Amino acid sequence: MSDPVLQLDQVSQVFSSHGKPMRAVDRVSFAIREGETVCLVGESGCGKTTTGKIAAGLRRPTSGQVLFRGRDIWSLNRRDWQEYRSAVQLVHQDPYASLNPAQTVAQILSAPLLRHGLVRNRRHARERVYELLDRVSLSPVEDYYDKFPHQLSGGQRQRLSIARALTVNPSFIVADEAVSMVDVSTRVSLLKTLITLREQLGVGFLFITHDLAIAKFFAWQGQIGVMYLGRMVEFGRTPQIVNQPGHPYTRALLSAVPEADPDLTRNKERIMLASQNIPNLLNLPPACTFHPRCPLFEAGTCDVIEPALTQYEAGQLVACHVTTGRVVAREQVPA
Amino acid sequence: MRQRFFRDNQLHTAPARSDVLLSVQDLEVTYQARRGLVQAVRGVSFELRRGESISLVGESGCGKTTLGLSLVRLLPKQAEIRNGSIEYQHGNLFIDVAAADPDKLRHFRWSECAMVFQGAQNAFNPVLRVWDHFWDTIKAHTRMPKAKARERAMELLGLVQLEPRRVIDAYPHELSGGMRQRVLIAMSLLLDPQILILDEPTTALDVLTQRTVIDVLRRLKEELGFAMIFITHDLAVAAELADRVATMYAGRIIEIGPVNDIFYQAGHPYSVGLINAVPTVSGAFADLMSIEGAPPDLISPPSGCKFHPRCAYATERSRTEEPELVQIGDGHFVACHNWAAVRADMAKRRASTNGQHTNGQQEAS
Repeated sequence: MSDPVLQLDQVSQVFSSHGKPMRAVDRVSFAIREGETVCLVGESGCGKTTTGKIAAGLRRPTSGQVLFRGRDIWSLNRRDWQEYRSAVQLVHQDPYASLNPAQTVAQILSAPLLRHGLVRNRRHARERVYELLDRVSLSPVEDYYDKFPHQLSGGQRQRLSIARALTVNPSFIVADEAVSMVDVSTRVSLLKTLITLREQLGVGFLFITHDLAIAKFFAWQGQIGVMYLGRMVEFGRTPQIVNQPGHPYTRALLSAVPEADPDLTRNKERIMLASQNIPNLLNLPPACTFHPRCPLFEAGTCDVIEPALTQYEAGQLVACHVTTGRVVAREQVPA
Repeated sequence: MRQRFFRDNQLHTAPARSDVLLSVQDLEVTYQARRGLVQAVRGVSFELRRGESISLVGESGCGKTTLGLSLVRLLPKQAEIRNGSIEYQHGNLFIDVAAADPDKLRHFRWSECAMVFQGAQNAFNPVLRVWDHFWDTIKAHTRMPKAKARERAMELLGLVQLEPRRVIDAYPHELSGGMRQRVLIAMSLLLDPQILILDEPTTALDVLTQRTVIDVLRRLKEELGFAMIFITHDLAVAAELADRVATMYAGRIIEIGPVNDIFYQAGHPYSVGLINAVPTVSGAFADLMSIEGAPPDLISPPSGCKFHPRCAYATERSRTEEPELVQIGDGHFVACHNWAAVRADMAKRRASTNGQHTNGQQEAS
């Protein structure tokens, strides 16, 4: 196995909210290898977007390290920093807000090519733009070359964002909810375009989504990390997470997802949570932050000791005392 | 007009007349745009029976919301109902919604038919408490005394799984999105409507919140017995809540039928396309397909079947003749010339994915 392209090591991000510290991301670690996909899933406010920004070097974490090919990105020299920034590209959620409305497709795509000296001249730039448009299936390419973003549909704009990310030959793309604003009918073809890039160009993905079904489809051969209130509560290969989730939160999420199949969805086993209330990040419950909502809560363990990510199955890490069999017998708990 | 449109099917004769709450016939709605007339709803007919839930599904821009708004006559100024009727009947009360005067409409809205609008959970008045929102509605529609009204509001908040004491005097910003959506559902039921229309009720909610809202809606519908029309682009929500599904495309209902018929034996390539485009979490890992192309321009729509430019089954006939709804099963109607082939292909596809029972570790293609 190759070394990881990008590695997050015990990364935390603390924001200040009215003078009080708020841990948006709390000691998150994972690594992504060449051409590999990691999906971060979780509800809003779980820190997945902030983690994405940290991975892309847009935020300097409060503590912890981000390693790009083994080197801490925040101690790179100017030249290596530039290399890192080209190697890691972002695709944003909203294709209506992320493209300059005053620039044509040609301008949007050729600017980075010229800026980074990736093309010899304008004619070469044009060839390369055609090639990029073709890669993201905006064809016939001549039809799109001189268009403005407002002349494109949501799905086409998102393809253009992807093409823009590809201009600098990244080895890695951070896609934050990249398909959630696109209509159902075109979502799949967009995902397939991304999968093709992964297969043909070996681009790795940090794919952030709230939609477990999308995560399953996109990262079937990759890994999924489940985040809850800033912490990674489960991490493993996608089929493991989907078929035999180890964390009660993951189980609850999977059981709650409505399925586009009446028999399947109406006969699904539901996991009831002890509470519907999501704790406030400013006032987190002690130890395991999921314990007030957890159906498997064991008093004396879960509210006293913070669970660390532990092996649940080979290659699957779960931060739960109960499901990984580490409940402390009641008499052993110090009073 | 009506006779011509329904020549081929028995939509009128199937249900007992007394069972039908709302009957929509040949409804046409247009918008005046600078470029011309947008034909947003083009001849929609359906009947809503007591206690049932119909889901309107389709891509954005297919006319779902316009149809929903026209049922309560809340269309924007540029819109006009050009043709058709909307008739409401409950007991001895009959209202011709499309032609009703303001007084009648005022009674119809909320007391007979309530609507929860898209994104309305973000449209509360931020300086009013939840109770004030309830009280405004009660004052506007009834003469209920304040104490009794408050009791009723508390009861409804309890029904939607909120803690009435905590919520009733809260300001909107103190509640989460899912809680606000449930407050809205409680408010919509304030005057005991027979019909509840919900536009994208669970869009933009988190998974667990969405689950609570879905469960609340299902239980309320069973307990209170109202009929529901919900508009969604999310097929999973339709699979959860609908008794019948109506697929809309280019301003028309192109397929309508019982939920299982639509999901397992659809006859319209567009319905099939929508279903095949949505991944499941606990089902087998299936390859997905998308519908290429985009919905048509409704100012100058294509000839014949409006779906033909995107359709793999399109024939010469599709290009020239717009198909009408024909019955292909019990209560199942489809507007496609080639429905038989579409349905056969869907059966084949289902047979092949059902072979893989669980999420095996098979390779993704």
